[in-house]
Amino acid sequence: MRIHETAVNTAVLLALLSVPAFAWWTDEPFTITLATRAAVLALAAVGLNILLGIGGLVSFGHAVFFGLGGYAMAILAFHAQNYTELNLGIGVIDGTNSMPVIWLVAIIVSAITACLIGLLSLRTSGVYFIMITLAFGQMFYYFAISWSTYGGEDGVSIYVRNQFPGLNTLDPIQFFLLCFGLLCFTLFVTARVQRSAFGVALNATRQSRARAEAVGLRPVRLQLVAFALSGAITGLAGALFADLNRFVSPSMFSWQLSGELIVLVIIGGVGRLIGPVIGACVFVALEHLLGGLTEYWHIALGAILLGIVLFGRGGVLGLLTGQDGARV
Amino acid sequence: MSLLEVESLSAHYGPSQALFDVSLSVNAGEVVALMGRNGMGKSTTVKALCRMIASHGELRFAGQSLHCLPSHRVARLGVGLVPEGRRCFASLNVRDNLIAAARPGDWTLISVTALFPRLGERMAQRASTLSGGEQQMLAIGRALMTNPRLLVLDEATEGLAPIIRQEIWAAINTLKRESGLAILLIDKSLNELARVSDRAVILERGRSVWAGEITAMTPDISQQYIGV
Repeated sequence: MRIHETAVNTAVLLALLSVPAFAWWTDEPFTITLATRAAVLALAAVGLNILLGIGGLVSFGHAVFFGLGGYAMAILAFHAQNYTELNLGIGVIDGTNSMPVIWLVAIIVSAITACLIGLLSLRTSGVYFIMITLAFGQMFYYFAISWSTYGGEDGVSIYVRNQFPGLNTLDPIQFFLLCFGLLCFTLFVTARVQRSAFGVALNATRQSRARAEAVGLRPVRLQLVAFALSGAITGLAGALFADLNRFVSPSMFSWQLSGELIVLVIIGGVGRLIGPVIGACVFVALEHLLGGLTEYWHIALGAILLGIVLFGRGGVLGLLTGQDGARV
Repeated sequence: MSLLEVESLSAHYGPSQALFDVSLSVNAGEVVALMGRNGMGKSTTVKALCRMIASHGELRFAGQSLHCLPSHRVARLGVGLVPEGRRCFASLNVRDNLIAAARPGDWTLISVTALFPRLGERMAQRASTLSGGEQQMLAIGRALMTNPRLLVLDEATEGLAPIIRQEIWAAINTLKRESGLAILLIDKSLNELARVSDRAVILERGRSVWAGEITAMTPDISQQYIGV
């Protein structure tokens, strides 16, 4: 039986939203943290999905933006909790533990970095694009390892979660609702982008760069804007992830994380609005359920990925709705 | 001054030279047929004109040199291409194919669907699921959505059923009569070309060998260069 995609989208979001009630009913409060982790990873994958699903660009260095968001949060919060000033070279500022300010910084830093990386990497295509984004990811990873001011390989711990006006972010349910709200808002924005003239033109560029140019579109400019938007969303997710764990380390820049983000998008359904959310939920569920049984739980994840790539190109969402392939 | 001026145009595919000193011009509001047998350089001329391949020689559109311009700039200057083989954006629906190309001007979704009512009935349908004729209409509509001053139609009726070809020719006639667009036409249907075109340019082995009023093209010339 084929299910309408809108019904699946609604059901997935309602299921994720109902996790706190489930946690209260089963007296398993840790489930809320798992749902928050799924929401944050979903947000990062939603960002990647703009580039991968609509733009057709396989970025193997998207952890750069996730890590930048995380380190933006950690550096600002580190200086706020230690009452020290942050020297930017051109001036000195105070740290902050205000989430909105941290998010804004994470978004701006990630978007600017994405523009710079995009300017270089979009000169290439195919496997060279994948390799150049991977190379940028490794550059940032090794820079973080050698950055002793902020813990180097050991990373930075933040003792108290940052604050959001009107909310007690230490309460798991309130922090989950904050992350879930941001995820829903980003999904709404992404849906609008997909249907906009920009989204349609980006999709056309994905199908044929030469054909797009022949009708007056500028592929590199479109892809650069998509890169910046995608990086900004993934950077925001990185800041939330760091706040969730109250810890950042160079692993947030690792190529394994970039690969996992791609896996999330593929499992859920490339180019599908809610695909990354499904992918993140499947990933976190497997990590929790199988990770307790064996440290080799990634084998199960690999088997699922293999099955989807071979038999269901539309991901889990494609299997449910009976529509294969990227559809945006 | 002509809208499009091509002088001494040459182009290569790797080491092979495909065009040798091709010259042609298209005036505003004029329909020019680019004729010749298969493999004589008609589509290569179009690709060079749209800057899809590198070329040498004079290429001017509305007085501006097209050399050194990327193909998207040529399209934005007002050269609307309907490529050989339609080449629609397969996974986009009809509406999105048209919107992707849209530039400000008289041609809008409403005016394109007025020209091709079939497209209006299939707005939400994916381009890959359209018939060949409908895809051709979509390719023409997409080029019109760029609001061009020159429409270049490369084999716009190739491989279509006779009844669909009639529809396409009727649309081209309407464009000529009502829009005042300049049109550069490549097609195998000599009778239709003769009815629609004002002038013709014939290519032979990558060279422009004859140019003139379509009415001045005698059966001898047609037989010699086109084989019909």
